[in-house]
Amino acid sequence: MSALKIKKGASSHSAYDLRDPNAEVIGSHTLAVLVDNEAGVLARVIGLFSGRGYNIESLTVAEVDHEGHRSRITVVTTGTAAVVEQIKAQLGRLVPVHDVHDLTVEGPSVERELALFKVAGTGEKRVEALRLADIFRANVVDSTLESFVFEITGTPEKIDAFAELMRPLGLVDVARTGVAALARGA
Amino acid sequence: MSRQMTGARMVVQALKDQGVDVVFGYPGGAVLPIYDEIFQQNDIRHILVRHEQGAVHMAEGYARSTGKPGVVLVTSGPGATNAVTGLTDALMDSIPIVCLTGQVPTFMIGTDGFQEADTVGITRPCTKHNWLVKDTNKLADTIHQAFHVATRGRPGPVLIDIPKDVQFATGTYSAPRETKLGHYQPKVKGDLARITELVALMEKAERPVFYTGGGVINSGPGASQLLRELADATGFPVTSTLMGLGAYPASGKNWIGMLGMHGLYEANLAMHGCDLMINLGARFDDRITGRIADFSPKSKKAHVDIDPSSINKVIHVDIPITGDVGHVLEDLIKVWKSRGRKVNKDGLAKWWSQIEQWKLKRCLSYKNSDKVIKPQYALQRLEELTRGRDRYITTEVGQHQMWAAQYLGFDAPNRWMTSGGLGTMGYGFPASIGVQIAHPDALVICVAGEASWLMNMQEMGTATQFRTPVKQFILNNERLGMVRQWQQLLHGERYSHSWSESLPDFVKLAEAFGWKGIQCSDPKDLDAAIMEMIDYDGPVLFDCLVEKHENCFPMIPSGKPHNEMLLGDASTEGAIQAGGAVLV
Ligand SMILES: Cc1ncc(C[n+]2csc(CCOP(=O)(O)OP(=O)(O)O)c2C)c(N)n1
Ligand SMILES: [Mg+2]
Repeated sequence: MSALKIKKGASSHSAYDLRDPNAEVIGSHTLAVLVDNEAGVLARVIGLFSGRGYNIESLTVAEVDHEGHRSRITVVTTGTAAVVEQIKAQLGRLVPVHDVHDLTVEGPSVERELALFKVAGTGEKRVEALRLADIFRANVVDSTLESFVFEITGTPEKIDAFAELMRPLGLVDVARTGVAALARGA
Repeated sequence: MSRQMTGARMVVQALKDQGVDVVFGYPGGAVLPIYDEIFQQNDIRHILVRHEQGAVHMAEGYARSTGKPGVVLVTSGPGATNAVTGLTDALMDSIPIVCLTGQVPTFMIGTDGFQEADTVGITRPCTKHNWLVKDTNKLADTIHQAFHVATRGRPGPVLIDIPKDVQFATGTYSAPRETKLGHYQPKVKGDLARITELVALMEKAERPVFYTGGGVINSGPGASQLLRELADATGFPVTSTLMGLGAYPASGKNWIGMLGMHGLYEANLAMHGCDLMINLGARFDDRITGRIADFSPKSKKAHVDIDPSSINKVIHVDIPITGDVGHVLEDLIKVWKSRGRKVNKDGLAKWWSQIEQWKLKRCLSYKNSDKVIKPQYALQRLEELTRGRDRYITTEVGQHQMWAAQYLGFDAPNRWMTSGGLGTMGYGFPASIGVQIAHPDALVICVAGEASWLMNMQEMGTATQFRTPVKQFILNNERLGMVRQWQQLLHGERYSHSWSESLPDFVKLAEAFGWKGIQCSDPKDLDAAIMEMIDYDGPVLFDCLVEKHENCFPMIPSGKPHNEMLLGDASTEGAIQAGGAVLV
């Protein structure tokens, strides 16, 4: 799983600005896209986003049903409600796409991201990093005398907050998976 | 009834089983095994084109005039890349095409092999779907699926990339009915509750209009029939996009002409002023809407489309109905009848008298001449002399295309093929060959501009070889006329590279390929020359020398609302501000 950051200036560069400037606010939406796990399917989805000028904040993909050859793509995107509706419809008409759900509007959902943080330092800073990691329930998955690798899961906001705290304490490297999300309840 | 055979043979077998009778193609190293199989059979006719772009446009002409998918076979690398424009054209205009491409053998993929190109990568955004087949056992299934995807839902082009080793290898063939088609089953029935809502609005509407598009044609002749029934029973006016011409007959009493950038005054004002807009299989293209903010401000809008992503994409509608136009019309008519066939008679009478008022503008009138042939006059004569015949019209792209749409009348669907969404110069001539292959005895005319026509003129050899008596009616203004018009109106009359320089002698060119060439420059000779073209039993290149500086009106400049239409040269002074020049 890898996180992908693709930012594109949406349709504001288009000669036809289709968005009503007074329209509702631009929000972040988490879309769950269930697809046939066939060659090129991720390229199709990403190509749709870049080709039509939609944003990708984060994207994760992995096979979730080996027998059924299904993968689940979780895309976090931003746009007005109308743009997100359009993104859903465009995704929905890709042939290998089975289902598209906007987890942000379809009811409560849980979102989790996993991240690895490498923090290097000695003395006070090293102790402080370990103390904060404990508060954030981050695990130490590797350590040397001068460094730790922490593993943390949580909402993207929690991971952002942890990153902010680690920065002054010797943050060297970060790897984030991007968001995985599921609707709550049965 | 599974059988063992090579991949190459499977291709031919699968095409036969799909009812394919003709393939437009061009051979090369990566498709030689398939060509070897084509050589050894007689069921499928192969039309050898002169350029792969021509093959796709021919297949488009074939598809649009028959309602069946068009099939293309080309080699890897340059063969595939040459097909890209045609595939994009078919995607924009929703034309079912199955394109088979050869590919380097699987073990060479990724090595920059000779004539290797990432065909599925290149064509991913310009096909409805595509496949790279790496296993001969999956080849037949994939081809059957490809036909399914190309023709179901909103039709479009699909591509199957077949490495050469997959063509040589032996595998198990499965027939179409043994193939699992997967989950791709677009919904064709519209939601009855929505349809009933629409009927309720139709019963009350004072100023309704049917805004019809290519979706009606794609839905099949039944949809056109139902549209006629509904329009005639309700008395609602009907306008259409460029793509939908012929779905409702031009001779029908409710026809108010084409709408859009070069549409009729009455059609555009009806769109602007209506209180109920019923969009049947059109997509609110920017050539139709003009400035979005001012688009038909007072109407309730319903939109019937088989592609949910077309609904609410550009224009927000009040009644979205996802479904096939034919199915929805059938239900709509049932519901409307069952509720007592009500319409707002008084409202409609007033609405029609308003429309009649608009018609008095005679927006298609032009200043004729007895010295030079006006392009409009040429098309009026062509219409007069060919109406009632078994006639198919294709066009190239430019002013002539718009004039053809304005001055020719279509009374049946599938008789008009033009490149609408992509606006591909070079479409019309090969498309006319594709139409003629499907309808050998019909009168097939391509209305062309001299510049567009040259873009795929190599297909003259194809027409000669396959004895397609296509008529190329070139309105030769020695200009990239549409470009020149925009430069005149939007770029201070700076005519940058909009001359057609160094044109060939079209009559000699015709003769060089064994065609008949006709040149006509005097309006007095025009009728006889057109008759000579029609009566000639073979392909004709008609070089019709027309007025060089005629502009195409009406015109709604980009970014203007419908009610700010330019009706003639006099109205263009200062009408277009700099802002409009940004738009295409
Ligand atoms: C492949 C392609 N290149 C460029 C254009 C832009 N274009 C639109 S109309 C036009 C001029 C067409 O000239 P001609 O075929 O002579 O038709 P006319 O407008 O003179 O009737 C051009 C260059 C296009 N539509 N397609
Ligand atoms: Mg011209």
